[in-house]
Amino acid sequence: MMYKPYKLGLHNPNLTFREKLYLLNVPYFLLISLLAAIGVMMLYSAANGRWDVWALNHAVRFALGFTVMFTASMIDIKLFLRLAYPFYFATLVLLIIVEVAGYTGMGATRWIDLKFIKLQPSELMKIALVMALAKYFHGTTLQTIETIRGIIPPLVMALVPAALIMMQPDLGTAMMLLFTTAVMLFVVGVQIWKFAALAVLAAVFTPIGWHFLHDYQKLRVLTFLDPERDPLGSGYHIMQSKIALGSGGVFGKGFLKGTQSHLNFLPEKHTDFIFTMLSEEFGLIGGIVIVLINMVILAYSYAFAIRTTSYFGKLLIIGLATNYFLYVFINIAMVLGLLPVVGVPLPLISYGGTVILSVCASFGIIMAVYINKDTNLGKE
Amino acid sequence: MNRDNDKGKTLINRTIVWTGIQFAMLLLIIARLYYLQVYQADKFSTMADENRISTRILIPPRGEIVDRNGKILAGNRQNFQALVVAEQTTSIEETLDKVKRILPLDEAEEKRIKEDLKKYRRFVPIKIKDGLSWEETSRLLLASPDIPGIVIDDGLTRYYPYGEKTAHLLGYVAAVSEKDLQRDNDPLLEVPGFKIGKDGIERQFEKQLRGTGGNLKLEVNALGRVMKEIERVDGKPGEKLQLSVDARLQEKAYDLYNEKGQSGAAVLIDVNSGEILAFVSTPSYNSNDFVNGVSSKIYDALLSNERSPLLNKAIAGQYAPGSTFKMIVALAALEDGIITRDTKVYCSGRLQLGNHFFHCWKKQGHGALTVEEALKHSCDIFFYEVARQLGIEKIAAMARRFGLGMPTGIELAGEKGGLIPDKEWKMRTRGEAWQVGETMIAGIGQSYIMATPLQLAVMTARIANGGRMITPTFIKKDRKKEEKTPLLNVSKRYFDMVRNGMCAVINETGGTAYGARFDVNGQKMCGKTGTSQVRRITLQERQSGILKQDEIPWRYRDHALFVGYAPQDNPKYAVAVAVEHGGGGSSVAAPLASKLLQEALKLDIEDGK
Repeated sequence: MMYKPYKLGLHNPNLTFREKLYLLNVPYFLLISLLAAIGVMMLYSAANGRWDVWALNHAVRFALGFTVMFTASMIDIKLFLRLAYPFYFATLVLLIIVEVAGYTGMGATRWIDLKFIKLQPSELMKIALVMALAKYFHGTTLQTIETIRGIIPPLVMALVPAALIMMQPDLGTAMMLLFTTAVMLFVVGVQIWKFAALAVLAAVFTPIGWHFLHDYQKLRVLTFLDPERDPLGSGYHIMQSKIALGSGGVFGKGFLKGTQSHLNFLPEKHTDFIFTMLSEEFGLIGGIVIVLINMVILAYSYAFAIRTTSYFGKLLIIGLATNYFLYVFINIAMVLGLLPVVGVPLPLISYGGTVILSVCASFGIIMAVYINKDTNLGKE
Repeated sequence: MNRDNDKGKTLINRTIVWTGIQFAMLLLIIARLYYLQVYQADKFSTMADENRISTRILIPPRGEIVDRNGKILAGNRQNFQALVVAEQTTSIEETLDKVKRILPLDEAEEKRIKEDLKKYRRFVPIKIKDGLSWEETSRLLLASPDIPGIVIDDGLTRYYPYGEKTAHLLGYVAAVSEKDLQRDNDPLLEVPGFKIGKDGIERQFEKQLRGTGGNLKLEVNALGRVMKEIERVDGKPGEKLQLSVDARLQEKAYDLYNEKGQSGAAVLIDVNSGEILAFVSTPSYNSNDFVNGVSSKIYDALLSNERSPLLNKAIAGQYAPGSTFKMIVALAALEDGIITRDTKVYCSGRLQLGNHFFHCWKKQGHGALTVEEALKHSCDIFFYEVARQLGIEKIAAMARRFGLGMPTGIELAGEKGGLIPDKEWKMRTRGEAWQVGETMIAGIGQSYIMATPLQLAVMTARIANGGRMITPTFIKKDRKKEEKTPLLNVSKRYFDMVRNGMCAVINETGGTAYGARFDVNGQKMCGKTGTSQVRRITLQERQSGILKQDEIPWRYRDHALFVGYAPQDNPKYAVAVAVEHGGGGSSVAAPLASKLLQEALKLDIEDGK
């Protein structure tokens, strides 16, 4: 009644900038900014109370990320749908380039050096794959989805980049891609028995896959299974992480007062193990707050998905939110000793450029979908 | 259309399921956080403190050892050492090469440095060399701007200003050994660089001298680098130890031996208190050489020296007391009543027992002698005869009352007890019956009898002080405290006779040590010479004429002995001197003892006593 017809989702509207701004969910962006602010604060502490080492950089990067997020949220959802496949293939090409002429850093080939920024195509692929899969399932019927033939294209779409990323080698990102794909297959309605069958197959082929893992990856898995196996060697990180975290207690040791992190017993305290440092300084309370903020962000995301009319939009949000969830869960579970150390950062809080950009882009896309929640994309 | 609806419914339903799964997983994380931060918080807090707190033990300064006048015999001094910090060098090899141009390093040292560099982290200072001289230190300091990673550090190290002169008295400190660690569980011993008393007074009084270690709690980072001090508990420095020894007399005694390169031992003792004033054994070693680990060159030289510089001859050198034993025999005979002051024994130069002849040192004999004259001339026949009549048991009993035959209990490890033989001893050790002839030889202090110079000094002191059983000690006594020393219960008259004989030895013409007499403001010395046979004189030698001592190899020559005291009337000091393979007691040992006693008396006058 008060709405114009296209706002009821009956049309294929082109929203004006003002309308988009009006539809933008502000608390969502605030929560994301809150996490980034906590990140800045923790990086200030990680550098023993210095801005110039990491904290300032992180703030600048988030400012850039926020711009990316906002810009992405203003994009029309139709553009995503139209460009899903080209974007996917372009990213795939980038991945192949990385394999051929990639920039080698940290012992792994993950970046393309574009001078001003080191581009990590694998991060880009997380978005591109979700978008491509969403587009694929948007255009298929449930019948097709329920056939084996129907799920072969999405599997290929996921396995090819996953294999390329595994070769870099970046086990964490590859696993995240595959897991996100699995979740998307699950939500679109692939039968449960197929997952069960896959699990059986995985169990059978794991010993074979083991053979193809790099030594350091094997070591990580072994160490995960028994961290006290070699407390001064590869189990050191997990052990030290648990010590730092456990000694934080309920209320923590106080900001800038985490002994284990500041005395460098805690490795990688500014990147993968930043959650440990936060928990050492702010205790159980601090850790729970972080988990809760993330839960709220996820709850918002899935609510956006349910509220969205288009199938493509729903699936796009679900895939990207799942991806974000995996980051958070794998990182925290890893520092708590629940998962092997696979080198996944805590997005928005850990120091690192590409992840903050890709996560911001993801949130921007989620917001774009939400803004276009009533857009009818038809059935292709 | 229906299927389309299903597609949308399935998506919603499964999304709700997936959301639930995600929330469950995040709740699992919260549960895990609770488990680690609440349930196991104590365990991890303890581990965190173990991680970050490193406790170091602070070495307390070792107590000084001073002489009776407060002069330092063993002290602590600044020790300069050169260290290298690998992390600060551009290249370890380059740094070491540059150091070598200033500090010559031998192969073993270089090997140790390389091993240490591998063993420790790169910021840990590794010792290159310690005990640097002033010159080396200043040259290194001057060059240090060009040698990256070099650090000069000063700590405390033990030093002995008198070196060789006090080595057998003080011993030395050195690095802790495995054995020390088993015996002693003081955590100080495990501190790298800690030194422990290994010999002499340093070892005997280790507990007092050591003190108690302090504690330093440091916060360290993951690499072990010290971040800050958390707590410091100061230890207790070692106690100062004042000895009875007089550094001047100690020095004098040592120099008297050293002048002629003689090997032997001398003990100068206060006859009234038992305090030892000088205590030397020569040749000696330098305690300072041992503090930082003795070099194999020095050690091999010490070991291969036939005069055994490492043996403390004053307490572990056992010599047949020879004629210095005659006082004991005389006292035993007087007490037994076999002889009186006037009893004379005729010396014809030899005495027959069965088909064996016992000779006096004077071939032509001394004629008829009283006990005092027999001591003066050191007549052997007199004492052969008296001993024969007394029997070994009475001689042994008297000897033991004077402290012979058992350790004196002096505050040093490794003291030997000497030997006073008797019938039971011979049966036990040799499985043979005691022979009369052996008693007679015992009468002149030969045969099986053995005594250390310290025992002889104690014996002499007890004769000089009229039979008070003083015990020797290195610890200065408090003059104000009157102590009761037990008495020997030998009649004063007998002591007078023996002492008269001893004074005649020095101060009357014809006495065996007349040449060693002195007169310091009317104070004179009394004493007795002795010669300790190293090798029996064979019958063949006796017939072909006895060789002069300096005609036979050093190690076969007799030991020269002398015991004495001064002043003659109211004795203060007793001395026992042994010169190994020195020849005759009168020509070698007596002058030495004489000079030492004179020095003691002169110092008393200087000090105004």
